[in-house]
Amino acid sequence: MNIRTHTYGSVAFVERNFALVRRYIGWEAVFLSYNVVNALAIGLIGARMGKEMVMYLVVGAMVWGFLSILFHEISESIAWERWEGTIEYTFMAPISRFVHLIGNCLWAVVYGVVRSSLILIIIVLFFGISIKGANLPGLLVVLVVSGLSFVGLGLIAAVLPLLSTEKGAYATHIMEAGLLLISGVYYEIDVLPVWIRPLSYLSPATYTLRAMRAALLDGAGFGELMPVILLLLVTGLLLVPVGMLVFSRAEYYAKKKGKLKRSG
Amino acid sequence: MEAVKCEGLVKTFGKNGRKISAVNRISFAVRRKEVFGIVGPNGSGKSTLIRILSTLLIPDAGSAHVFGHDVVREYGAVRRLINRVSVDAAFFKGISAWENLRYAARLYGLGKKDAKERSLDILGRLGFAEKRIYEPLEDLSRGMQQKVAIARAFFTAPMLLLLDEPTTGLDPRSKLDVQNYIKDSMNGSASDLTIILTTHDMREAEVLCDRVAIIIDGRFVTIGSPSQLRSMYGQPALEDVFLDITGREWKEIEDEY
Repeated sequence: MNIRTHTYGSVAFVERNFALVRRYIGWEAVFLSYNVVNALAIGLIGARMGKEMVMYLVVGAMVWGFLSILFHEISESIAWERWEGTIEYTFMAPISRFVHLIGNCLWAVVYGVVRSSLILIIIVLFFGISIKGANLPGLLVVLVVSGLSFVGLGLIAAVLPLLSTEKGAYATHIMEAGLLLISGVYYEIDVLPVWIRPLSYLSPATYTLRAMRAALLDGAGFGELMPVILLLLVTGLLLVPVGMLVFSRAEYYAKKKGKLKRSG
Repeated sequence: MEAVKCEGLVKTFGKNGRKISAVNRISFAVRRKEVFGIVGPNGSGKSTLIRILSTLLIPDAGSAHVFGHDVVREYGAVRRLINRVSVDAAFFKGISAWENLRYAARLYGLGKKDAKERSLDILGRLGFAEKRIYEPLEDLSRGMQQKVAIARAFFTAPMLLLLDEPTTGLDPRSKLDVQNYIKDSMNGSASDLTIILTTHDMREAEVLCDRVAIIIDGRFVTIGSPSQLRSMYGQPALEDVFLDITGREWKEIEDEY
Protein backbone atom coordinates (compact mmCIF):
# COMPACT_ATOMS: atom_id res chain seq x y z
CA MET A 1 0.00 0.00 0.00
CA ASN A 2 1.44 3.34 -0.99
CA ILE A 3 0.31 6.96 -0.87
CA ARG A 4 -1.24 6.66 -4.33
CA THR A 5 -3.43 3.77 -3.19
CA HIS A 6 -4.51 5.65 -0.07
CA THR A 7 -5.30 8.78 -2.09
CA TYR A 8 -7.24 6.77 -4.66
CA GLY A 9 -9.05 5.10 -1.78
CA SER A 10 -10.20 8.38 -0.24
CA VAL A 11 -11.08 9.90 -3.62
CA ALA A 12 -13.23 6.83 -4.35
CA PHE A 13 -15.77 7.88 -1.73
CA VAL A 14 -15.89 11.51 -2.84
CA GLU A 15 -16.31 10.49 -6.49
CA ARG A 16 -18.93 7.83 -5.69
CA ASN A 17 -21.00 10.18 -3.52
CA PHE A 18 -20.79 12.87 -6.17
CA ALA A 19 -22.10 10.36 -8.74
CA LEU A 20 -24.99 9.55 -6.38
CA VAL A 21 -25.81 13.24 -5.89
CA ARG A 22 -25.78 13.76 -9.67
CA ARG A 23 -28.02 10.72 -10.16
CA TYR A 24 -30.55 11.95 -7.60
CA ILE A 25 -30.20 15.64 -8.46
CA GLY A 26 -33.97 16.11 -8.29
CA TRP A 27 -33.99 15.10 -4.64
CA GLU A 28 -30.99 17.35 -4.00
CA ALA A 29 -32.99 20.28 -5.37
CA VAL A 30 -35.94 19.33 -3.16
CA PHE A 31 -33.81 19.09 0.00
CA LEU A 32 -31.96 22.32 -0.79
CA SER A 33 -35.24 24.17 -1.39
CA TYR A 34 -36.62 22.82 1.86
CA ASN A 35 -33.48 23.90 3.76
CA VAL A 36 -33.61 27.38 2.22
CA VAL A 37 -37.31 27.84 3.01
CA ASN A 38 -36.74 26.47 6.51
CA ALA A 39 -33.90 28.93 7.17
CA LEU A 40 -35.93 31.83 5.76
CA ALA A 41 -39.00 30.88 7.79
CA ILE A 42 -36.94 30.69 10.97
CA GLY A 43 -35.37 34.05 10.19
CA LEU A 44 -38.82 35.59 9.59
CA ILE A 45 -39.96 34.56 13.06
CA GLY A 46 -37.60 37.23 14.37
CA ALA A 47 -38.51 39.85 11.75
CA ARG A 48 -40.66 41.94 14.15
CA MET A 49 -38.01 41.77 16.84
CA GLY A 50 -35.40 43.54 14.75
CA LYS A 51 -32.47 42.69 12.52
CA GLU A 52 -30.41 41.35 15.38
CA MET A 53 -32.99 38.70 16.18
CA VAL A 54 -33.22 37.74 12.52
CA MET A 55 -29.44 37.33 12.44
CA TYR A 56 -29.51 35.36 15.69
CA LEU A 57 -31.97 32.87 14.23
CA VAL A 58 -30.39 32.75 10.79
CA VAL A 59 -26.97 31.97 12.28
CA GLY A 60 -28.60 29.11 14.17
CA ALA A 61 -30.20 27.78 10.99
CA MET A 62 -26.98 28.12 9.01
CA VAL A 63 -24.65 26.59 11.56
CA TRP A 64 -27.01 23.77 12.36
CA GLY A 65 -27.44 23.16 8.62
CA PHE A 66 -23.70 22.76 8.16
CA LEU A 67 -23.01 20.69 11.27
CA SER A 68 -25.96 18.39 10.71
CA ILE A 69 -24.82 17.78 7.12
CA LEU A 70 -21.41 16.69 8.41
CA PHE A 71 -22.98 14.45 11.02
CA HIS A 72 -25.63 13.08 8.70
CA GLU A 73 -23.53 12.49 5.58
CA ILE A 74 -20.98 10.37 7.43
CA SER A 75 -23.51 8.11 9.09
CA GLU A 76 -25.72 8.10 5.99
CA SER A 77 -22.89 6.87 3.78
CA ILE A 78 -22.65 3.74 5.93
CA ALA A 79 -26.43 3.35 6.02
CA TRP A 80 -26.56 3.60 2.22
CA GLU A 81 -23.90 0.93 1.84
CA ARG A 82 -25.90 -1.31 4.13
CA TRP A 83 -29.07 -0.80 2.09
CA GLU A 84 -27.29 -1.53 -1.18
CA GLY A 85 -25.35 -4.45 0.28
CA THR A 86 -22.02 -3.00 -0.89
CA ILE A 87 -20.59 -2.67 2.63
CA GLU A 88 -19.04 -6.14 2.40
CA TYR A 89 -17.18 -5.13 -0.76
CA THR A 90 -15.93 -1.92 0.80
CA PHE A 91 -14.80 -3.74 3.94
CA MET A 92 -13.11 -6.43 1.85
CA ALA A 93 -11.14 -3.90 -0.20
CA PRO A 94 -7.42 -3.45 0.57
CA ILE A 95 -7.78 0.00 2.12
CA SER A 96 -7.53 0.83 5.79
CA ARG A 97 -10.65 1.80 7.70
CA PHE A 98 -8.97 5.15 8.30
CA VAL A 99 -8.78 5.84 4.54
CA HIS A 100 -12.38 4.65 4.14
CA LEU A 101 -13.73 6.92 6.85
CA ILE A 102 -11.55 9.89 5.93
CA GLY A 103 -12.89 9.60 2.36
CA ASN A 104 -16.45 9.78 3.66
CA CYS A 105 -15.59 12.70 5.97
CA LEU A 106 -13.89 14.54 3.11
CA TRP A 107 -17.03 14.23 1.05
CA ALA A 108 -19.19 15.41 3.95
CA VAL A 109 -17.06 18.55 4.36
CA VAL A 110 -17.08 19.40 0.63
CA TYR A 111 -20.82 18.75 0.35
CA GLY A 112 -21.58 20.65 3.55
CA VAL A 113 -19.56 23.71 2.49
CA VAL A 114 -21.16 23.85 -0.98
CA ARG A 115 -24.70 23.40 0.29
CA SER A 116 -24.33 25.77 3.24
CA SER A 117 -22.74 28.45 1.03
CA LEU A 118 -25.67 28.30 -1.37
CA ILE A 119 -28.11 28.69 1.51
CA LEU A 120 -26.04 31.56 2.98
CA ILE A 121 -26.07 33.48 -0.31
CA ILE A 122 -29.84 33.16 -0.59
CA ILE A 123 -30.38 34.21 3.04
CA VAL A 124 -28.10 37.25 2.73
CA LEU A 125 -29.93 38.39 -0.41
CA PHE A 126 -33.39 37.71 1.04
CA PHE A 127 -32.91 39.58 4.31
CA GLY A 128 -30.54 42.21 2.92
CA ILE A 129 -28.14 41.30 5.71
CA SER A 130 -25.02 43.37 6.13
CA ILE A 131 -22.05 41.60 7.64
CA LYS A 132 -19.92 44.71 8.01
CA GLY A 133 -18.09 44.58 11.31
CA ALA A 134 -18.33 40.82 11.57
CA ASN A 135 -15.15 38.85 12.23
CA LEU A 136 -15.36 36.64 9.15
CA PRO A 137 -11.95 34.92 9.49
CA GLY A 138 -12.82 34.13 13.11
CA LEU A 139 -16.17 32.77 12.00
CA LEU A 140 -14.48 30.49 9.49
CA VAL A 141 -11.98 29.18 12.04
CA VAL A 142 -14.78 28.40 14.50
CA LEU A 143 -16.70 26.57 11.79
CA VAL A 144 -13.68 24.48 10.75
CA VAL A 145 -12.68 23.43 14.27
CA SER A 146 -16.26 22.63 15.26
CA GLY A 147 -16.55 20.58 12.06
CA LEU A 148 -13.98 18.19 13.55
CA SER A 149 -16.23 17.45 16.51
CA PHE A 150 -19.19 16.75 14.27
CA VAL A 151 -17.09 14.48 12.08
CA GLY A 152 -16.23 12.56 15.27
CA LEU A 153 -19.89 12.41 16.32
CA GLY A 154 -20.83 11.31 12.78
CA LEU A 155 -18.33 8.45 13.00
CA ILE A 156 -19.82 7.34 16.30
CA ALA A 157 -23.34 7.58 14.84
CA ALA A 158 -22.25 5.57 11.78
CA VAL A 159 -21.88 2.57 14.07
CA LEU A 160 -25.66 2.40 14.43
CA PRO A 161 -26.53 1.66 10.77
CA LEU A 162 -23.46 -0.56 10.61
CA LEU A 163 -24.90 -2.85 13.25
CA SER A 164 -28.55 -2.59 12.28
CA THR A 165 -29.49 -1.22 8.88
CA GLU A 166 -32.99 -0.04 9.64
CA LYS A 167 -33.07 0.53 13.39
CA GLY A 168 -29.62 2.12 13.18
CA ALA A 169 -30.88 4.71 10.71
CA TYR A 170 -33.77 5.58 13.05
CA ALA A 171 -31.42 5.94 16.00
CA THR A 172 -29.10 8.24 14.03
CA HIS A 173 -31.96 10.66 13.41
CA ILE A 174 -32.93 10.57 17.08
CA MET A 175 -29.33 11.37 18.05
CA GLU A 176 -29.30 14.29 15.61
CA ALA A 177 -32.62 15.57 16.97
CA GLY A 178 -31.27 15.36 20.52
CA LEU A 179 -28.31 17.55 19.57
CA LEU A 180 -30.68 20.07 17.99
CA LEU A 181 -32.70 20.30 21.21
CA ILE A 182 -29.83 20.71 23.64
CA SER A 183 -27.44 22.91 21.67
CA GLY A 184 -29.28 26.24 21.74
CA VAL A 185 -29.63 26.44 17.98
CA TYR A 186 -32.58 28.86 18.01
CA TYR A 187 -32.64 29.91 21.68
CA GLU A 188 -30.34 30.42 24.64
CA ILE A 189 -29.82 27.22 26.56
CA ASP A 190 -31.01 28.84 29.81
CA VAL A 191 -34.60 28.53 28.54
CA LEU A 192 -34.23 24.75 28.67
CA PRO A 193 -35.50 22.83 31.70
CA VAL A 194 -32.84 22.72 34.38
CA TRP A 195 -32.34 18.97 34.09
CA ILE A 196 -31.47 19.21 30.36
CA ARG A 197 -28.99 22.06 30.70
CA PRO A 198 -25.99 19.95 31.79
CA LEU A 199 -26.35 18.05 28.49
CA SER A 200 -26.09 21.33 26.57
CA TYR A 201 -22.60 21.82 27.93
CA LEU A 202 -21.61 18.45 26.48
CA SER A 203 -22.65 19.39 22.94
CA PRO A 204 -19.91 21.00 20.80
CA ALA A 205 -22.65 22.79 18.84
CA THR A 206 -23.49 24.88 21.93
CA TYR A 207 -20.01 26.43 21.90
CA THR A 208 -19.91 26.72 18.11
CA LEU A 209 -23.15 28.71 18.07
CA ARG A 210 -22.06 31.02 20.85
CA ALA A 211 -18.76 31.74 19.13
CA MET A 212 -20.35 32.15 15.69
CA ARG A 213 -22.91 34.62 17.04
CA ALA A 214 -20.22 36.51 18.87
CA ALA A 215 -18.07 36.74 15.72
CA LEU A 216 -20.94 37.64 13.42
CA LEU A 217 -23.18 39.84 15.55
CA ASP A 218 -20.69 41.42 17.95
CA GLY A 219 -17.57 41.29 15.77
CA ALA A 220 -15.69 39.45 18.55
CA GLY A 221 -11.97 39.27 17.81
CA PHE A 222 -9.66 36.26 17.92
CA GLY A 223 -8.66 37.05 21.48
CA GLU A 224 -12.23 36.67 22.64
CA LEU A 225 -12.91 33.64 20.50
CA MET A 226 -9.71 31.81 21.37
CA PRO A 227 -10.93 29.93 24.48
CA VAL A 228 -13.87 28.51 22.48
CA ILE A 229 -11.66 27.76 19.45
CA LEU A 230 -9.24 25.85 21.68
CA LEU A 231 -12.04 24.01 23.42
CA LEU A 232 -13.59 22.98 20.09
CA LEU A 233 -10.20 22.01 18.70
CA VAL A 234 -9.41 19.77 21.66
CA THR A 235 -12.92 18.27 21.56
CA GLY A 236 -12.59 17.61 17.83
CA LEU A 237 -9.10 16.13 18.15
CA LEU A 238 -10.47 13.79 20.79
CA LEU A 239 -13.75 12.92 19.10
CA VAL A 240 -12.30 12.01 15.68
CA PRO A 241 -9.97 9.26 16.98
CA VAL A 242 -12.65 8.15 19.45
CA GLY A 243 -15.08 7.91 16.51
CA MET A 244 -12.57 5.87 14.52
CA LEU A 245 -11.95 3.59 17.47
CA VAL A 246 -15.64 3.07 18.18
CA PHE A 247 -16.24 2.31 14.51
CA SER A 248 -13.38 -0.22 14.43
CA ARG A 249 -14.71 -1.97 17.53
CA ALA A 250 -18.19 -2.09 16.00
CA GLU A 251 -16.73 -3.52 12.79
CA TYR A 252 -15.05 -6.27 14.79
CA TYR A 253 -18.30 -7.02 16.60
CA ALA A 254 -20.24 -7.10 13.31
CA LYS A 255 -17.71 -9.56 11.88
CA LYS A 256 -17.89 -11.72 14.96
CA LYS A 257 -21.71 -11.82 14.93
CA GLY A 258 -22.17 -11.96 11.15
CA LYS A 259 -24.01 -8.65 10.95
CA LEU A 260 -22.47 -7.34 7.75
CA LYS A 261 -24.30 -9.57 5.32
CA ARG A 262 -27.48 -8.49 3.66
CA SER A 263 -28.38 -11.87 2.21
CA GLY A 264 -26.81 -15.21 1.38
CA MET B 1 2.48 -23.27 -0.25
CA GLU B 2 -1.24 -23.89 -0.56
CA ALA B 3 -3.45 -21.06 -1.78
CA VAL B 4 -5.89 -21.76 1.06
CA LYS B 5 -5.54 -23.80 4.19
CA CYS B 6 -8.30 -24.20 6.74
CA GLU B 7 -7.97 -26.22 9.91
CA GLY B 8 -10.78 -27.05 12.31
CA LEU B 9 -12.80 -24.03 11.23
CA VAL B 10 -15.92 -23.41 13.31
CA LYS B 11 -18.57 -20.69 13.03
CA THR B 12 -21.77 -20.73 15.03
CA PHE B 13 -24.59 -18.20 14.98
CA GLY B 14 -27.29 -17.67 17.56
CA LYS B 15 -30.83 -17.36 16.27
CA ASN B 16 -34.02 -17.16 18.35
CA GLY B 17 -32.21 -18.53 21.36
CA ARG B 18 -30.71 -21.54 19.59
CA LYS B 19 -27.25 -22.09 18.18
CA ILE B 20 -26.78 -22.85 14.51
CA SER B 21 -23.52 -24.41 13.47
CA ALA B 22 -22.87 -22.86 10.05
CA VAL B 23 -19.33 -24.22 9.71
CA ASN B 24 -18.52 -27.26 11.80
CA ARG B 25 -14.84 -28.23 12.17
CA ILE B 26 -13.96 -27.94 8.49
CA SER B 27 -10.39 -28.65 7.38
CA PHE B 28 -9.20 -28.52 3.79
CA ALA B 29 -6.52 -27.09 1.54
CA VAL B 30 -6.72 -25.60 -1.93
CA ARG B 31 -3.73 -25.83 -4.24
CA ARG B 32 -2.44 -22.91 -6.25
CA LYS B 33 -4.13 -22.50 -9.68
CA GLU B 34 -6.84 -24.93 -8.68
CA VAL B 35 -10.58 -24.46 -9.12
CA PHE B 36 -12.02 -25.86 -5.91
CA GLY B 37 -15.76 -26.37 -5.83
CA ILE B 38 -17.99 -26.40 -2.76
CA VAL B 39 -21.44 -27.76 -3.49
CA GLY B 40 -24.31 -28.01 -1.10
CA PRO B 41 -27.88 -26.92 -0.55
CA ASN B 42 -28.93 -23.49 0.74
CA GLY B 43 -27.93 -22.93 4.35
CA SER B 44 -25.26 -25.63 4.31
CA GLY B 45 -22.43 -23.21 5.18
CA LYS B 46 -20.98 -22.36 1.76
CA SER B 47 -21.35 -18.58 2.04
CA THR B 48 -20.21 -18.54 5.67
CA LEU B 49 -17.01 -20.26 4.62
CA ILE B 50 -16.53 -17.77 1.78
CA ARG B 51 -17.12 -14.85 4.17
CA ILE B 52 -14.51 -16.15 6.58
CA LEU B 53 -11.99 -16.38 3.74
CA SER B 54 -13.03 -12.88 2.61
CA THR B 55 -12.13 -11.49 6.08
CA LEU B 56 -15.78 -10.52 6.60
CA LEU B 57 -16.46 -13.01 9.37
CA ILE B 58 -14.32 -13.98 12.32
CA PRO B 59 -14.37 -17.72 13.02
CA ASP B 60 -15.13 -18.99 16.52
CA ALA B 61 -12.38 -21.60 16.38
CA GLY B 62 -9.81 -23.03 14.01
CA SER B 63 -7.74 -21.15 11.47
CA ALA B 64 -7.85 -20.09 7.83
CA HIS B 65 -4.85 -18.99 5.82
CA VAL B 66 -4.72 -17.47 2.34
CA PHE B 67 -1.28 -17.82 0.75
CA GLY B 68 0.13 -18.23 4.25
CA HIS B 69 -1.63 -15.19 5.73
CA ASP B 70 -4.03 -15.66 8.63
CA VAL B 71 -7.44 -14.22 7.67
CA VAL B 72 -8.02 -12.76 11.14
CA ARG B 73 -4.61 -11.46 12.15
CA GLU B 74 -3.28 -10.52 8.70
CA TYR B 75 -6.51 -9.43 7.05
CA GLY B 76 -4.81 -6.53 5.27
CA ALA B 77 -2.42 -8.86 3.43
CA VAL B 78 -5.27 -11.25 2.61
CA ARG B 79 -7.41 -8.46 1.16
CA ARG B 80 -4.67 -7.51 -1.27
CA LEU B 81 -4.78 -11.04 -2.70
CA ILE B 82 -8.48 -11.75 -2.96
CA ASN B 83 -11.72 -10.68 -4.53
CA ARG B 84 -15.21 -12.07 -4.44
CA VAL B 85 -18.43 -12.38 -6.41
CA SER B 86 -21.54 -13.05 -4.36
CA VAL B 87 -24.87 -14.43 -5.43
CA ASP B 88 -26.54 -11.02 -5.30
CA ALA B 89 -24.77 -8.39 -7.37
CA ALA B 90 -24.30 -5.72 -4.68
CA PHE B 91 -23.89 -2.32 -6.30
CA PHE B 92 -25.03 1.26 -5.99
CA LYS B 93 -27.91 0.55 -8.32
CA GLY B 94 -28.74 4.17 -9.12
CA ILE B 95 -25.40 4.91 -10.74
CA SER B 96 -23.91 3.40 -13.87
CA ALA B 97 -21.92 0.20 -14.21
CA TRP B 98 -18.86 2.27 -15.06
CA GLU B 99 -19.26 4.52 -11.99
CA ASN B 100 -19.51 1.42 -9.82
CA LEU B 101 -16.47 -0.13 -11.46
CA ARG B 102 -14.48 3.11 -11.16
CA TYR B 103 -15.31 3.21 -7.46
CA ALA B 104 -14.10 -0.37 -6.99
CA ALA B 105 -10.98 0.36 -9.06
CA ARG B 106 -10.05 3.27 -6.81
CA LEU B 107 -10.37 1.07 -3.73
CA TYR B 108 -7.89 -1.34 -5.27
CA GLY B 109 -5.48 1.41 -6.35
CA LEU B 110 -6.24 1.02 -10.06
CA GLY B 111 -6.05 4.10 -12.28
CA LYS B 112 -9.13 5.18 -14.23
CA LYS B 113 -7.66 4.41 -17.66
CA ASP B 114 -6.37 1.04 -16.62
CA ALA B 115 -9.67 0.19 -14.95
CA LYS B 116 -11.65 1.12 -18.03
CA GLU B 117 -9.47 -0.91 -20.38
CA ARG B 118 -9.65 -3.98 -18.16
CA SER B 119 -13.40 -3.61 -17.56
CA LEU B 120 -14.21 -3.27 -21.24
CA ASP B 121 -12.01 -6.24 -22.08
CA ILE B 122 -13.67 -8.49 -19.49
CA LEU B 123 -17.19 -7.28 -20.21
CA GLY B 124 -16.62 -7.67 -23.97
CA ARG B 125 -15.59 -11.28 -23.44
CA LEU B 126 -18.73 -11.78 -21.36
CA GLY B 127 -20.89 -10.49 -24.22
CA PHE B 128 -21.73 -7.18 -22.53
CA ALA B 129 -22.28 -4.29 -24.97
CA GLU B 130 -19.87 -1.39 -24.25
CA LYS B 131 -22.49 1.37 -24.46
CA ARG B 132 -24.52 -0.20 -21.65
CA ILE B 133 -21.66 0.38 -19.22
CA TYR B 134 -22.92 3.97 -18.88
CA GLU B 135 -26.45 2.97 -17.94
CA PRO B 136 -27.64 2.86 -14.32
CA LEU B 137 -27.28 -0.65 -12.90
CA GLU B 138 -30.97 -0.68 -12.00
CA ASP B 139 -31.78 -0.58 -15.72
CA LEU B 140 -29.74 -3.71 -16.44
CA SER B 141 -30.98 -7.28 -16.20
CA ARG B 142 -29.88 -9.57 -13.36
CA GLY B 143 -27.56 -11.41 -15.77
CA MET B 144 -25.92 -8.19 -16.92
CA GLN B 145 -25.48 -6.99 -13.35
CA GLN B 146 -23.80 -10.26 -12.50
CA LYS B 147 -21.43 -9.80 -15.45
CA VAL B 148 -20.45 -6.40 -14.06
CA ALA B 149 -19.85 -8.11 -10.71
CA ILE B 150 -17.60 -10.63 -12.48
CA ALA B 151 -15.68 -7.76 -14.11
CA ARG B 152 -15.35 -6.02 -10.74
CA ALA B 153 -13.77 -9.12 -9.25
CA PHE B 154 -11.51 -10.06 -12.16
CA PHE B 155 -10.15 -6.61 -13.07
CA THR B 156 -8.26 -6.31 -9.80
CA ALA B 157 -6.22 -9.39 -10.85
CA PRO B 158 -6.66 -11.29 -7.57
CA MET B 159 -4.60 -14.33 -6.67
CA LEU B 160 -7.62 -15.96 -5.07
CA LEU B 161 -11.11 -15.46 -6.39
CA LEU B 162 -14.06 -16.44 -4.23
CA LEU B 163 -17.06 -17.08 -6.45
CA ASP B 164 -20.11 -17.55 -4.28
CA GLU B 165 -22.86 -18.94 -6.51
CA PRO B 166 -21.96 -16.60 -9.37
CA THR B 167 -24.42 -18.18 -11.79
CA THR B 168 -27.43 -18.72 -9.52
CA GLY B 169 -30.54 -17.19 -11.04
CA LEU B 170 -28.95 -16.41 -14.40
CA ASP B 171 -30.57 -17.27 -17.70
CA PRO B 172 -28.89 -20.15 -19.59
CA ARG B 173 -27.07 -17.79 -22.02
CA SER B 174 -25.62 -15.61 -19.24
CA LYS B 175 -24.74 -18.70 -17.21
CA LEU B 176 -22.80 -20.13 -20.13
CA ASP B 177 -21.03 -16.80 -20.76
CA VAL B 178 -19.88 -16.66 -17.13
CA GLN B 179 -18.83 -20.33 -17.07
CA ASN B 180 -16.85 -19.92 -20.31
CA TYR B 181 -15.15 -16.82 -18.97
CA ILE B 182 -14.07 -18.66 -15.82
CA LYS B 183 -12.75 -21.54 -17.92
CA ASP B 184 -10.85 -19.19 -20.25
CA SER B 185 -9.34 -17.33 -17.32
CA MET B 186 -7.98 -20.53 -15.83
CA ASN B 187 -6.65 -21.77 -19.16
CA GLY B 188 -4.56 -18.66 -19.89
CA SER B 189 -0.87 -19.56 -19.60
CA ALA B 190 -0.12 -16.40 -17.59
CA SER B 191 -2.89 -17.12 -15.13
CA ASP B 192 -1.82 -17.52 -11.53
CA LEU B 193 -5.37 -17.54 -10.34
CA THR B 194 -6.92 -19.87 -7.78
CA ILE B 195 -10.68 -20.09 -7.54
CA ILE B 196 -13.05 -21.32 -4.87
CA LEU B 197 -16.47 -21.73 -6.44
CA THR B 198 -19.63 -22.47 -4.52
CA THR B 199 -22.63 -23.65 -6.46
CA HIS B 200 -25.91 -25.51 -6.33
CA ASP B 201 -25.33 -26.73 -9.81
CA MET B 202 -23.67 -30.15 -9.80
CA ARG B 203 -23.09 -30.04 -13.56
CA GLU B 204 -21.36 -26.66 -13.25
CA ALA B 205 -19.10 -28.11 -10.56
CA GLU B 206 -18.24 -31.08 -12.80
CA VAL B 207 -17.36 -28.81 -15.73
CA LEU B 208 -15.39 -26.13 -13.92
CA CYS B 209 -13.79 -27.67 -10.84
CA ASP B 210 -10.59 -29.62 -10.40
CA ARG B 211 -11.83 -30.86 -7.04
CA VAL B 212 -15.18 -30.70 -5.35
CA ALA B 213 -16.22 -30.82 -1.70
CA ILE B 214 -19.81 -31.62 -0.78
CA ILE B 215 -20.96 -29.68 2.26
CA ILE B 216 -24.01 -30.51 4.36
CA ASP B 217 -24.91 -28.89 7.68
CA GLY B 218 -21.57 -27.14 7.89
CA ARG B 219 -19.46 -30.27 7.31
CA PHE B 220 -17.56 -31.51 4.30
CA VAL B 221 -18.87 -35.01 3.68
CA THR B 222 -16.47 -35.81 0.84
CA ILE B 223 -13.71 -34.20 -1.24
CA GLY B 224 -12.17 -35.27 -4.53
CA SER B 225 -11.98 -34.57 -8.24
CA PRO B 226 -15.30 -35.11 -10.04
CA SER B 227 -13.91 -38.25 -11.70
CA GLN B 228 -12.47 -39.55 -8.40
CA LEU B 229 -15.80 -39.03 -6.68
CA ARG B 230 -17.68 -40.73 -9.50
CA SER B 231 -15.38 -43.74 -9.47
CA MET B 232 -15.13 -43.84 -5.66
CA TYR B 233 -18.88 -44.10 -5.40
CA GLY B 234 -19.36 -45.98 -8.68
CA GLN B 235 -21.77 -43.37 -10.00
CA PRO B 236 -22.12 -41.75 -13.43
CA ALA B 237 -22.58 -38.15 -12.15
CA LEU B 238 -22.00 -35.96 -9.10
CA GLU B 239 -25.70 -35.82 -8.39
CA ASP B 240 -25.68 -39.60 -8.05
CA VAL B 241 -22.63 -39.39 -5.79
CA PHE B 242 -24.63 -37.10 -3.57
CA LEU B 243 -27.52 -39.57 -3.51
CA ASP B 244 -25.12 -42.38 -2.64
CA ILE B 245 -23.58 -40.42 0.27
CA THR B 246 -26.75 -39.09 1.82
CA GLY B 247 -29.27 -41.64 0.67
CA ARG B 248 -31.32 -38.76 -0.60
CA GLU B 249 -31.91 -37.03 -3.92
CA TRP B 250 -30.13 -33.69 -4.46
CA LYS B 251 -33.45 -32.13 -5.43
CA GLU B 252 -35.07 -33.42 -2.23
CA ILE B 253 -32.37 -31.78 -0.07
CA GLU B 254 -32.57 -28.49 -2.00
CA ASP B 255 -36.35 -28.35 -1.57
CA GLU B 256 -35.99 -29.01 2.14
CA TYR B 257 -33.72 -26.01 2.58
